[in-house]
Amino acid sequence: MLATIGGAIAGLASLAAARTAKAAVKKVFVATSAPKDYDASKHKWLMCFDVDKCIGCGLCVDACKTENHVPQGPTYFRTWIERYIIKKPKPGSDATRGEVLVDSPNGGRDGFPPTTVPREEILKSFFVPKLCNLCERSPCTQVCPVGATFDAPDGAVLVDPNYCIGCGFCIQACPYGCRFLNPDTRTAEKCTLCYHRITRGLKPACVEICPTEARIFGDLKNPVANDPIQAFISKNKVHTLKPHLGTDPRTLYANLDKEVR
Amino acid sequence: MSLEITNIVVETLPRFEGYVYPNESGTHPLWGLLIVLYPYITGLVAGAFIMASLVRVFRVKPLEPIYRLSLLTALAFLLCATLPLLFHLGHPERSFQIMITPHLTSPMAIFGFVYAWYLMAVLLLELWFDYRQDFVEWSQTEAGIPGIIYRAFTLGVNDTSEKAVGLDLKMGWIISIVGIPSAFLLHGYVGFIFGSIKANPWWGNVLMPIIFILSAMVSGIALCVFNYMVLTWVRRRQVDMRCLDVMGMFLFYALVIDATVEALDWLHRGYSAVEGFHVMEYMARERLFYTLSIGQLLVGTLIPLLLLGALQLLRRRVPEIVRKRIYFACAAFILIGVLAMRWNVVMGGQFFSKSLRGVMSYKLQFAGAEGWLVSLILLALPFIILTVMIKLFLSERLPTEGHVPHRVGDGAGKI
Repeated sequence: MLATIGGAIAGLASLAAARTAKAAVKKVFVATSAPKDYDASKHKWLMCFDVDKCIGCGLCVDACKTENHVPQGPTYFRTWIERYIIKKPKPGSDATRGEVLVDSPNGGRDGFPPTTVPREEILKSFFVPKLCNLCERSPCTQVCPVGATFDAPDGAVLVDPNYCIGCGFCIQACPYGCRFLNPDTRTAEKCTLCYHRITRGLKPACVEICPTEARIFGDLKNPVANDPIQAFISKNKVHTLKPHLGTDPRTLYANLDKEVR
Repeated sequence: MSLEITNIVVETLPRFEGYVYPNESGTHPLWGLLIVLYPYITGLVAGAFIMASLVRVFRVKPLEPIYRLSLLTALAFLLCATLPLLFHLGHPERSFQIMITPHLTSPMAIFGFVYAWYLMAVLLLELWFDYRQDFVEWSQTEAGIPGIIYRAFTLGVNDTSEKAVGLDLKMGWIISIVGIPSAFLLHGYVGFIFGSIKANPWWGNVLMPIIFILSAMVSGIALCVFNYMVLTWVRRRQVDMRCLDVMGMFLFYALVIDATVEALDWLHRGYSAVEGFHVMEYMARERLFYTLSIGQLLVGTLIPLLLLGALQLLRRRVPEIVRKRIYFACAAFILIGVLAMRWNVVMGGQFFSKSLRGVMSYKLQFAGAEGWLVSLILLALPFIILTVMIKLFLSERLPTEGHVPHRVGDGAGKI
């Protein structure tokens, strides 16, 4: 019994030592694709969407796949677009709206085919771009058993592919379906906000290519003149996805409908 | 309904109804059959240990014949408990990171320690203290490889004086006391791995660890009944009916509590109309009809409840042979039912999209890591290990008389 207690104490002590060593190793070796002089503590990145501006062209999805070498195939996306078609309520019904149809063929990468719903039956239709919700209290980070997923000080939630064991717990824990298991590396993958670009003063590929400026990206710690982020937040009433889950997302939406989850 | 059956039997293309997030629309759910086995096997461990504790801590004398069998069952299954997890990982070669550099907010990381604690500090220690005196005896009488094994297992402690044996008993009792909360912790933690996923309304539930613990107790006791009856049958020995009746009684009460809490869970979800309940209702009615309504509810709960309940009332009027068959059938039904329950939790939680707008069908393969074959082998493995252990440590040739806590008064039913 004494040996057990002694072993447990020694185990706990070595645990603390291992964690310190891990932190030290992480500082030196963790691949974040940021340049060496980039100081994550001096930035706080934010992503916003104006739902009314998205036209569902799919250029952002394509740009993301190309820029980040996201596996081809219709089940691997760091960002995607959903089309919502809300039908009119049936005649005589006391509902405010009818059936809600949602689709995202190939993540919206190739645009959207014309809907089969007759025009006169549609109450309204809109597109919603999706990507990592940059949760302040990210459940994916919380559940990772080895700490391969981590919250960078600048707000990005990143995965170290050299450390991930591929258990899939983070994928289950993400309420927004933003993660997937890369079939080539067999590790979890997600939107990094194009970390290799934003840490070099560039915008994420999806923001760069968006023709309607539906995606707005910026740095809360370093506002520029006529900062689009500040303008977006002050002009719009913003909302987040699934706020009741307490994840406190930092991806903000303007003109969001209640049907969007 | 038929889709579910066809998907289990033959390969069909994955089908989606409604809208599922693109990343969820792969050919199979992220966690497959292997992850169904993981809580199943862990639950059997915890339940079998609780069964043994009834003898050791709560001094339930009639259960003495199955004390060692329960402990060995727990060990055989515990040795295999992490294999499904390991096989499932994208990078099994990195699995040691969970122990070396654990992320302490992760239930999965902490499970590694709970598992290690349970194996090293509870089960192996209890077995060692329980067997030590016998190991010393057997090492002197047995020759060949078994003799070497027994000698090695004494760990050089050959003292069989009254004082030393008394210490063995005391330590065994203390470890059992520590072991009961540890067994609860072990399987409660598995429940917590699922219950902590708030993203999934089917899983994210405060009752999940409790339900897992209760169903673990039920399945563990059922496994002990099953193993005991099979073993006596193989050895052509007489079943100790008193032992079997008491096991049946505990099985019944555990099942009553388990069924009540699970029913409470559904009632609460329905009454408070929690988010996603409409999807759960649909799943129970359509996609999981066979595994939930038939497998878990009817076969795994209602039929055993009725049969075991009837035996509690009419035990004296039912002939032994009928009682034996009923106990055996109930144990088998419960083992199937709890496996169905694990399937319903693990797979059911992935059959619907987190968008709560769509459901998917599952393409279960025969071969491959997530297929039938590997899971079947993994499920057979603990039974194979248990057979070896029984040959080594529960052999009829080996004298165990003089072993106070498990000595059977009349010798009947001793295995």
